[in-house]
Amino acid sequence: MLTPVADPKSETAGAQVMVTDRAGNLHAVGFSEGRSLMETIRDSGIGDIAALCGGTCSCATCHVFIADGWTERVGPPVQDELDLLETSEFFSDESRLSCQVVLTAELDGLPVTIAPED
Amino acid sequence: MDREYDVLIAGGGHGGTQVATALRQYGFDGSIAIVNAEDAYPYQRPPLSKAYLEGTVDVGQISIRPASYWADHGIDLVRGRRIDAVDPAQRFVTTDDGAAVKYRTVVWATGSTPRVLDCAGWDLSGIHVVRSLSDVDRLRADLASASAVAIVGGGYIGLETAAVLRKLGKQVTVVEAFSRVLARVSADPISDFYQAQHREHGVELRVDSKVISFEGAGDHVQAVRLTGGEAIPADAAIVGVGVVPSAGPLVAAGARYDNGVLVDGQCRTSLPDIYAVGDCTASPNVYADGAVLRLESVQNAIDQGSTVARRLSGKPEADPAVPSFWSDQYDLRLRTIGVSYGYHDAVVRGDPTSRSFSVVYLKSGRVIAVDSVNAAKDFARGRALVRSAARIDVSAIADTSRPLDDLVIHAPELDGREVSVDAGG
Repeated sequence: MLTPVADPKSETAGAQVMVTDRAGNLHAVGFSEGRSLMETIRDSGIGDIAALCGGTCSCATCHVFIADGWTERVGPPVQDELDLLETSEFFSDESRLSCQVVLTAELDGLPVTIAPED
Repeated sequence: MDREYDVLIAGGGHGGTQVATALRQYGFDGSIAIVNAEDAYPYQRPPLSKAYLEGTVDVGQISIRPASYWADHGIDLVRGRRIDAVDPAQRFVTTDDGAAVKYRTVVWATGSTPRVLDCAGWDLSGIHVVRSLSDVDRLRADLASASAVAIVGGGYIGLETAAVLRKLGKQVTVVEAFSRVLARVSADPISDFYQAQHREHGVELRVDSKVISFEGAGDHVQAVRLTGGEAIPADAAIVGVGVVPSAGPLVAAGARYDNGVLVDGQCRTSLPDIYAVGDCTASPNVYADGAVLRLESVQNAIDQGSTVARRLSGKPEADPAVPSFWSDQYDLRLRTIGVSYGYHDAVVRGDPTSRSFSVVYLKSGRVIAVDSVNAAKDFARGRALVRSAARIDVSAIADTSRPLDDLVIHAPELDGREVSVDAGG
């Protein structure tokens, strides 16, 4: 198991998501409720997510995997999002577009892995 | 700023910021500056004609990175300054405050400026363009007291703003010079559909109509006069009739230019150690049989920015990205993959009256682009078809029970049609 490395900027933040980047590094990233998971990851400085379309569910470049056991709490993708996701060669039933996941207090601690680049 | 930068980036839009952020992501540890003409911290442009105009997001929500990001990552963000001259022989630029800044590499990413209408009354107040944050702030201030708005130009900007203004309860007239909206980018079925949708939402549409003048009450616009004589009521007017690449200083320095700074697949200009990315560039496009195209899109700006960053940090080249575009109007998501430039056939897939359909563009039997309206699956599956220049069973395109990629007859490798054109010399 990797040991979480605290992001210095999020030390004072309460709620966090635990992001594994493409190099396998684990980041604890603080978030504000109501922000999307994509914005939270992008703003933390983790550069692996292109998010070309800025979060409008139009480009499928913010693909992440939601850890087993959390998918129910996060909720399933709607059909439009699923249509974009399922053509990824890395699509799985843990796949979400992170721009479509709005973070709430109950997602504190959410483990997320950034999907490989298609 | 009397110093030297390893990478000096002109412009803080999507392309310029991508160069900087990707360089840091790839571990580049040289010095980086972004010289940006605007005072605002770098922000995303697509929401300007959509959610930001509507007022449902604020400036903080459309920033490209948090304000603290730039300094935290050792990127000097110089705001409110422009590069006025480039000296490629002595390797320095001059900024508009007269300072000279030396560089090892320049990346030109200054985008474009809205085309103006050279007609009487253009200088009246209340006539707006939608390009920068401050443009839209001024527009929003004007809209507070406007009930009728005339929009000149039926492209993405015109139609997206029309949709927002109808939502805000304004009386909206769109004036298009050509015989149909979106004429520059899409085939008839897409234009027909969007015209019908906008009319259904209460937009007045005038096609085949040119503006001869703006008429004012005092110094503020009151009406837009068309060639046929009609006066369109306008407490405010929005003009979205295309853009002009911003490249004056590079061209003056000798960069080759033809409707954009000419660059190759690695974004190299004809000047040594000067790259260019985004709206201000034109380059041979592998997805358009090597035609030199200037793409106006966020995707292109970002992918070109990544290309330069990979090169400057010694990373291997990536495959050329498939061009993509999107436009949100009302509850309609138009997503385009590929470039339909030079298409021979445009085949409708699905029923437009269901408000979910696509148009597949073919050239010599190959899929070159897909426009999808509320049809994400066709957009997503179309990407592989465009990438591989696939031949598909044209007679089955309309059969929506079969996924697009199920129709492939033959998909040649992209490598076989790689285009290499030297922009140098």
